[in-house]
Amino acid sequence: MNAAPLWLVVVIKSAILLFVVITTFAYAMLAERKVMAWMQMRPGPNRVGPWGMLQPAADAAKMMFKEDLTPKTADVLVYRIAPFISLATAMGAYAIIPFSESAAGVWSIGDVNAGILFIFALTSIGVYGISLAGWASGSKFPLLGGIRATAQMISYELSMTMSVVGVLILAGTTSLVGIVHAQNRLWFVIPQLVGFAIYVTTAVAETNRAPFDLVEAETELVGGFHTEYSGLRFGLFFIAEYLNMITVSCIGTLLFLGGWNAPFGLTVIPGIVWFLIKVGLFLFLYIWLRTTLPRFRYDRLMAFGWKILLPVATVNVLATAALVAVLPQ
Amino acid sequence: MRTAIASLLAIFAGFGTTFKYFFVKKPTIQYPSVKKQHAPRFHGLHELRRYDDGKERCIGCELCQIACPANAITVIGAENTPEDRRSPGERYAARYEIDELRCIFCGLCEEACPTDAIVLTPRFEMADYRRGSFIFAKDRLLVPADAGVGAAPDERPNGIPSDLGRVTEQKSTVSIVDGYSATWRGEVLKTDRKGLAG
Repeated sequence: MNAAPLWLVVVIKSAILLFVVITTFAYAMLAERKVMAWMQMRPGPNRVGPWGMLQPAADAAKMMFKEDLTPKTADVLVYRIAPFISLATAMGAYAIIPFSESAAGVWSIGDVNAGILFIFALTSIGVYGISLAGWASGSKFPLLGGIRATAQMISYELSMTMSVVGVLILAGTTSLVGIVHAQNRLWFVIPQLVGFAIYVTTAVAETNRAPFDLVEAETELVGGFHTEYSGLRFGLFFIAEYLNMITVSCIGTLLFLGGWNAPFGLTVIPGIVWFLIKVGLFLFLYIWLRTTLPRFRYDRLMAFGWKILLPVATVNVLATAALVAVLPQ
Repeated sequence: MRTAIASLLAIFAGFGTTFKYFFVKKPTIQYPSVKKQHAPRFHGLHELRRYDDGKERCIGCELCQIACPANAITVIGAENTPEDRRSPGERYAARYEIDELRCIFCGLCEEACPTDAIVLTPRFEMADYRRGSFIFAKDRLLVPADAGVGAAPDERPNGIPSDLGRVTEQKSTVSIVDGYSATWRGEVLKTDRKGLAG
């Protein structure tokens, strides 16, 4: 077979990935509703299709046919662009996430050697989508939500990056593939248990999910930054939120849970399956958190981020660095 | 420090609780397809019973109308004639209407009735789109001639009658505005809507 031109390979890979990711999003949403329902002693969606399997399609159709409203006070251009910023940054991360590895090479669109930095850069831009949406809506609840988003995501991004630095010190590389290879013998969740705990906590806050969903906070801010959005534009924020959730689950798997490395030498099962299982566990944890914990109060959220998470993460980085420097090997 | 640890443990206890309920059998009844078992003497939609020979039990005495605390019942009696005997007594109910939106389902009509003609059945599915269609006249209250005589509350084996759901399908054939002449319900509602808040 002649080597296909690079652009064609990238387009085909992107198309497949887009399909897989959007399907995953749809069923992550259904899974969330189902799991939450079961934990609250309800059966969950079960009217559309067997076991509610067509619920995402029904939701999508509903979103498409809803009226797309723009408030009179809105900054129209920014208001319209904001959901796309959110979605584009959420999708961009998938360009470099490696899902598995075979003899032919790594299963990803592009293997960037500064992968983890690229992802953090993208998720930082994602804040703009939310805060611009809040600002451009021209109404007070979205504005408050946008302000909260900016403050919350910036302060938790610090601890998140710090928690990852420990892994980078151990792996000695910022390439995601390199980090997974470094975990062939021992997953980083064991030496970096503290880092893992901080990563999980900050990841929830970064993606604005309960119990850190002060950006939306229905009880206080109606719908937060997306109060004024309706129809497909709201749908884009919704997709972006879930894609971010899946992204941080993938990153957590790659950094701490050994990526596609099989546990207990169970290499019979292909790496992609292990990867998906680990990501699924992460997503389940997300949903479990949402059902269990009530929302933080805003000042406590900030206090928790700055006074507890950041110092602990910093000490963790220093301790890891010291150990790596002192211990031979 | 101790309180911090205690609250951390409390969080994990919370995780345990939600995880436990993940596996608990769900108490939901899948309503339209599965119906709840009611108490045998559940107070639902009314029914006018018949005697074994097919004659109406109601003798048009209007005691139910007097007993009704919600003024939901209207009875207009008429004399039986030898040619047209509808009930064993002297009189029968020429019109018998219950406004089910006014009715509070207390069952006092049932208790007031000297002939056990009016009973409350366990049927409760009466939803409709117009207020007017909640005025149930004899055509929907009276047990159809070919459907037995109707059961007194004490004779019902359990809460679900076999024809549950029939009520909403059956449309009135009696004009609720001008007596009991057979008229297609839709037309009546269209032409005489003024008097009905529907």
